[in-house]
Amino acid sequence: MAFEGLADRLQNTIKKITGKGKVSEQDVKEMTREVRLALLEADVNFKVVKDFIKRVKERAIGQEVMESLTPGQQVIKVVKEELTNLMGGEQSKIAVADRPPTVIMMVGLQGAGKTTTTGKLANLLRKKYNRNPLLVAADVYRPAAINQLQTLGKQLSMPVFSLGTDANPVDIANQAIEQAKADHNDYVIIDTAGRLHVDEALMGELKQIKADVKPNEVFLVVDAMTGQDAVNVAESFNEQLDITGVVLTKLDGDTRGGAALSIKAVTDKPIKFAGMGEKLDELEAFHPERMASRILGMGDVLSLIEKAQENVDEKRAKELEEKMRTASFTFDDFLEQMGQVRNMGPIEDLIGMLPGANKMKGLKNVQLDEKQISHVEAIIQSMTKKERQDPSLMNASRKKRIAKGSGRSVTEVNRLLKQFDEMKKMMKQMSNMQGGKKGKKGKGFNFPFM
Amino acid sequence: MSFFKKLKDKFTGSDNESPEVSDKYKEGLSKTRNSFSSKINDLVARYRKVDEDFFEDLEEILISADVGVATVMDLIDELKMEVKRQNIKDTKEVKEVISEKLVEIYYGEDDESVEELNMKDGELSVVLFVGVNGVGKTTTIGKLAHKLKEEGKKVVLAAGDTFRAGAIEQLEVWGERVGVEVIKHNAGSDPAAVIYDGVQAAKSRNADVLLCDTAGRLQNKVNLMNELSKVKRVIEREIPGAPHEVLLVLDATTGQNAMSQAKTFSASTDVTGIVLTKLDGTAKGGIVLAIRNELQIPVKFVGLGEKVNDLQSFDAQAFVYGLFADMLEEEQE
Repeated sequence: MAFEGLADRLQNTIKKITGKGKVSEQDVKEMTREVRLALLEADVNFKVVKDFIKRVKERAIGQEVMESLTPGQQVIKVVKEELTNLMGGEQSKIAVADRPPTVIMMVGLQGAGKTTTTGKLANLLRKKYNRNPLLVAADVYRPAAINQLQTLGKQLSMPVFSLGTDANPVDIANQAIEQAKADHNDYVIIDTAGRLHVDEALMGELKQIKADVKPNEVFLVVDAMTGQDAVNVAESFNEQLDITGVVLTKLDGDTRGGAALSIKAVTDKPIKFAGMGEKLDELEAFHPERMASRILGMGDVLSLIEKAQENVDEKRAKELEEKMRTASFTFDDFLEQMGQVRNMGPIEDLIGMLPGANKMKGLKNVQLDEKQISHVEAIIQSMTKKERQDPSLMNASRKKRIAKGSGRSVTEVNRLLKQFDEMKKMMKQMSNMQGGKKGKKGKGFNFPFM
Repeated sequence: MSFFKKLKDKFTGSDNESPEVSDKYKEGLSKTRNSFSSKINDLVARYRKVDEDFFEDLEEILISADVGVATVMDLIDELKMEVKRQNIKDTKEVKEVISEKLVEIYYGEDDESVEELNMKDGELSVVLFVGVNGVGKTTTIGKLAHKLKEEGKKVVLAAGDTFRAGAIEQLEVWGERVGVEVIKHNAGSDPAAVIYDGVQAAKSRNADVLLCDTAGRLQNKVNLMNELSKVKRVIEREIPGAPHEVLLVLDATTGQNAMSQAKTFSASTDVTGIVLTKLDGTAKGGIVLAIRNELQIPVKFVGLGEKVNDLQSFDAQAFVYGLFADMLEEEQE
């Protein structure tokens, strides 16, 4: 089963609801079930999902959704708000010790990307904060791990502290701090070996290092693709080491990254950075809001909904919908709607937000040329008031005048008129099919500017 | 339940071929098993009636094992039908049906035999390793090289990960440890060229097996996936019928994205088998269920620990036994 974004899933549920005057509690239940599935498919831990859904349901059954004109969008909005709340705000600050060096410890499972992240973090510290870090190779277990850090150090022209593979990681860490003091490095980043959170001996080693070097930051490095187990890993590392933050790696893949939500929920520690690629400058501040959208599989649609709510007057939208329903929609209305839409951003994302338009397939993934929209606007603006109200007035000479006024050809004027006419017919059909009947299949709905 | 009896006999009875294998599984999977089957037991104890709530909880248990929503939904539907058909009301009875169905997915329709590596006797066999970053490709190659060498095969390794810092050195350490030759170029060179040289070297040294490492790559990086196809084409061109195996290495802690990995890597390199690594943690490995069920790609090896001999051939029976051992033992009483 291919993953569908939450917007699509909700759309299906909403189709069943359209036509009913009000949204029932049962409808909300069905919608929250879709939200639940979307979150589970995104690898959010099922316990976290459960709590989350409970909160969403409470709000959704309340007035804000059930009395809304667009219940589906309202549910999404509630979900988004709750999700963003849970994820917390952006926090990508790195601690600074009162007396240098500031010590950062990198911990995590095998293969999470600790060593690479160590290199990236060092790069970030130097580039953004003008710091002078010392890298510490404390992974004495994995073959060539020290070598890996040394290679990264060479690429970055940064010092790497190592005592080889025979030394004790605790000693390595302690001596590295002394070295940093002597060499005036203001940051020390300790790369530790990957280990299972249930490996008592190796976790004990980390506790020992922590007790000795008293790090200002303990970063848990987690693979963004981690599944349900993310909860156990994060909880366990946090309990044993009291981590100060999380770095989420491999976020440039196509995973939804529900692990982020799970980790935040069980540890309540901020996710500070995200690994966005294999190059050393591809470590970014983590954006909780973007992550929330990503987990839901809806790109930026959410923020567009917010924008739409800012830009489109709810009352006016209702009027427009009423006009569509009664097919008394005029060129003026159309122009106004286009104007509102254009204020909001990339047009193809917004089509779905025109009242009614999101119920139609075929409008998705449409590539629109902004220029063409300007042409359409120009044509409409070249019409007289009367013509805009009543397109049936059009005759050859009027069309010629409009074409001249707008700088377009008569053919284009004709095309727009024809498409507008079709659109009105479609609207009529749509209002007829509200109530559950399916409209004609296969026939796309074309806006005049497509 | 006769099926369980058969399983039980296989691992504890007189015809037990490999007690250490099942022990290993039991050990490696103990955390998995404890939590998984104790949850099912919990569930059964908590509910007297087999109703919607019961199924909802069961759904959660399976989902928490990373089985995947689609597979779980199918399974629950089947279970509901089965419960209706057999008119089961008692939750104790339904436990048997649950295990039966889970086992069915593991096995599919077919055999219960161990999935062997496809190896040509007396000729060079080539195994290509692919996967995303950090799943344990290089470590798996080291372990497999050890295993094959123990079996008396002459093994050559090709260091095709020319991208990640220290990857070549990592494979070299494994080569030394295991005592096999490693063919390498400098870091940053063309991986296809390294693999080409690897094939030539393995041929001229009359090796039995060539294990090819590749750089980890996320499956949505089209260019990198194309590079991988090229590597495979080079092998195909040099030896007809090769590579004999393309093994996708999957991290057991990975969630639903593992399915996307399996699909995309299969599309570009025709994956013939899976190595499931890091199964010694608390991750449930339920993804094996989903992948076997949806893509029919068999799991050939399982990584159960960090030691050189912690790579085991995947034996579906042993795996299932590991998961359900508590339940089996309980039923015996």
